[in-house]
Amino acid sequence: SSSSSSERHSGPPADGTRAGWEQVCRFQDPEPADLSMEEESDTRKINNSFLRDHNYATEADIISTVEFNSSGELLATGDKGGRVVVFQREQESKSQPQRRGEYNVYSTFQSHEPEFDYLKSLEIEEKINKIKWLPQQNAAYFLLSTNDKTVKLWKISERDKRPEGYNLKDDDGRIRDPSTITSLRVPVLQPMDLMVEATARRVFSNAHTYHINSISVNSDLQTFISTDDLRVNLWNLEITDRSFNIVDIKPANMEELTEVITSAEFHPQQCHTFAYSSSKGSIRLCDMRQAALCDKHCKYFEEPEDPSTRSFFSEIISSISDVKFSHNGRYLMTRDYLTVKVWDLQMENKPLETYQVHDYLRGKLCSLYENDCIFDKFECVWNGSDSVIMTGSYNNFFRMFDRNTKRDVTLEASRENSKPRAILKPRKVCVGGKRRKDEISVDSLDFSKKILHTTWHPHENIIAVAATNNLYIFQDKVN
Amino acid sequence: MITTMECAVDAQSLISISLMKIHNSRTQRGGIKLHKNLLVSYVLRNARQVYIKEKYAEIYRMQQYEEVMTVCNEIQELNPLDLDAEDADNEEQARAACCGEEMSLCDPACHKGAAQSAAHVRTASTLLGCSPFEDGSKAAEPSDYRSCCMEASPVSHFDQFSADNNRHCNKTTVLDLDTHVVTTVENGYLHQDCCCNPPQCGQEAQSPGKKRKVEFGCCISDMEEISDFTAARKRAKREDCSYSNPDYTDTSNISNLISIFGSGFSGLLSRQADLEQICSKQALASLGAWTRAIVAF
Repeated sequence: SSSSSSERHSGPPADGTRAGWEQVCRFQDPEPADLSMEEESDTRKINNSFLRDHNYATEADIISTVEFNSSGELLATGDKGGRVVVFQREQESKSQPQRRGEYNVYSTFQSHEPEFDYLKSLEIEEKINKIKWLPQQNAAYFLLSTNDKTVKLWKISERDKRPEGYNLKDDDGRIRDPSTITSLRVPVLQPMDLMVEATARRVFSNAHTYHINSISVNSDLQTFISTDDLRVNLWNLEITDRSFNIVDIKPANMEELTEVITSAEFHPQQCHTFAYSSSKGSIRLCDMRQAALCDKHCKYFEEPEDPSTRSFFSEIISSISDVKFSHNGRYLMTRDYLTVKVWDLQMENKPLETYQVHDYLRGKLCSLYENDCIFDKFECVWNGSDSVIMTGSYNNFFRMFDRNTKRDVTLEASRENSKPRAILKPRKVCVGGKRRKDEISVDSLDFSKKILHTTWHPHENIIAVAATNNLYIFQDKVN
Repeated sequence: MITTMECAVDAQSLISISLMKIHNSRTQRGGIKLHKNLLVSYVLRNARQVYIKEKYAEIYRMQQYEEVMTVCNEIQELNPLDLDAEDADNEEQARAACCGEEMSLCDPACHKGAAQSAAHVRTASTLLGCSPFEDGSKAAEPSDYRSCCMEASPVSHFDQFSADNNRHCNKTTVLDLDTHVVTTVENGYLHQDCCCNPPQCGQEAQSPGKKRKVEFGCCISDMEEISDFTAARKRAKREDCSYSNPDYTDTSNISNLISIFGSGFSGLLSRQADLEQICSKQALASLGAWTRAIVAF
């Protein structure tokens, strides 16, 4: 590939949807055997016919969450097998400028294992539901990862020196016979090959009866919340044997249950404010200063249902699958099955903006219900400047909406359709009438290829997109 | 205002699909997902409302038709020559009225008749605790249960529906997973279980007899979330249908019905009982044929 000499700003483009997105690298699980030794992540080598013809992905390799850290230097993925893989951005190097922006595997560890709750005869899945990074405070990196029941704090640190010259044991660790020691020496630190190790520093368990769907680190960097279907719990990062329940929507009589909590997030700046979304399509903003139990919201965001679109599946498609504060803290974004909505925190009765992600699916809800796709939980993300929002769809499509220009684009994350370093071509779904050459009809969409998880670099136009067991990293070449 | 759906959405098949999903969720890894099952229950409720509405409209129409025919026959039996002029007038008026009504009832397309039946359906629905539908005049043809979409139900809240239907605790709808036929069970007896005369709707004080309350969920009943969820579905939503599905006449099919509400028989079953054990002879024999049915709520 030719090295690009185009200038690159670090700020967002004027129109995020007109950016030229190119594929930086792609990681696939499992790695084919002949490449596992190499750290080369150039897609030219990965993209060969062997992989295309033999896809050995198992369900455990399906990526279930992706998250950039707050500097964008690290990218973490979690999968259904309970593994976390952390990628690190290639450092800028004058000799190889084209490699800037590529991510390499930095650390891999098993975060959660399958468990069996003997008391309840329940198997607890090891699938990583969410990963959230803590802002970096020292040389080590910290992240929270969670499955359905347990949150863990992981420390990822580098070791490039080790002490050598002990007196009582030799360098291999064998105990020396004291009678053979004739002189004493002071151990010194000697350089060694860089080793990245991950250790579990805290385990926050036994606080959730229902399935954890989200975690969120507070801006005070001391607390975080974990959320299940009916409750939100507040933890101190240092204390694992206690948590405070701050929201509980479990009715006294479970027969009266009408909604569950689907996601919760702390406000990015106000450490006393958090929001949680519900399966009924509403969002509640809560202030922890008002009461110990934040069952009473201070703001309630809901758009009345349009009776003309009522169907058997109205409740399902209005359930919110993800809620995200904008970086500036003034807006909320929610994702339901067919739309993304941006809410102004000052306006509760209707969203500021509504974007149709794939409205052509509205007529297919019955079959999507039968094959369970209607329950897919898509996530949504803001870009660093809150001007562009992105979310996934089917057929490995993902969509970007520019809030200023009102333009949108559909892109595809797939091996077949993207050559390394080539600019992604916008895709279009044909909804009726004559299908143009490059368009794809609704009936040809592959509903097994869904993009549920995406993340956007906090400062630059670099995005990571998870497509089943593949991780794609794209960057904007135009701007 | 009805949203056009790509596939023909049959309320009955949606009910069976939904029940299968709930059933399958019991064996899914990671335990029952409360959120998904709640959403499935909404679809179930929506489909059931449409199904009941269509069924009731059909049954009501049939009932009205029979009553009108009975009245007309009775009038015709009287010797017209014995009546004085006034009676003859009345009789003719009555005949015209009932025939007119009969015609309008038989022709749902007739606006007047449809409006009348709509009014009746609405009133009856209110009495029976069903959520009133705004446009009862759109009731489907008796033989056609298909509806592209359900009409808006303004008061169809989950809990309200539950509260309303608690008044009527003597009828349940059952679904045969083999034939996907929905049947009504009233007062603990299937229509076919009774001898000759099926009880009229609400007219007889039948002894409840058999246990109606079947718990939804799974055999694992001691966990907080599972027992909560089963309790949530414990009180099966009662509906009022006066007649069973007339197509369902084969009583031997009852033995094919399987129960997924094993925790209702917790005294007889172990916690890890699978479906075969739930249908154990012991359980079946002691609780009667109809309780083996799956209760749709």
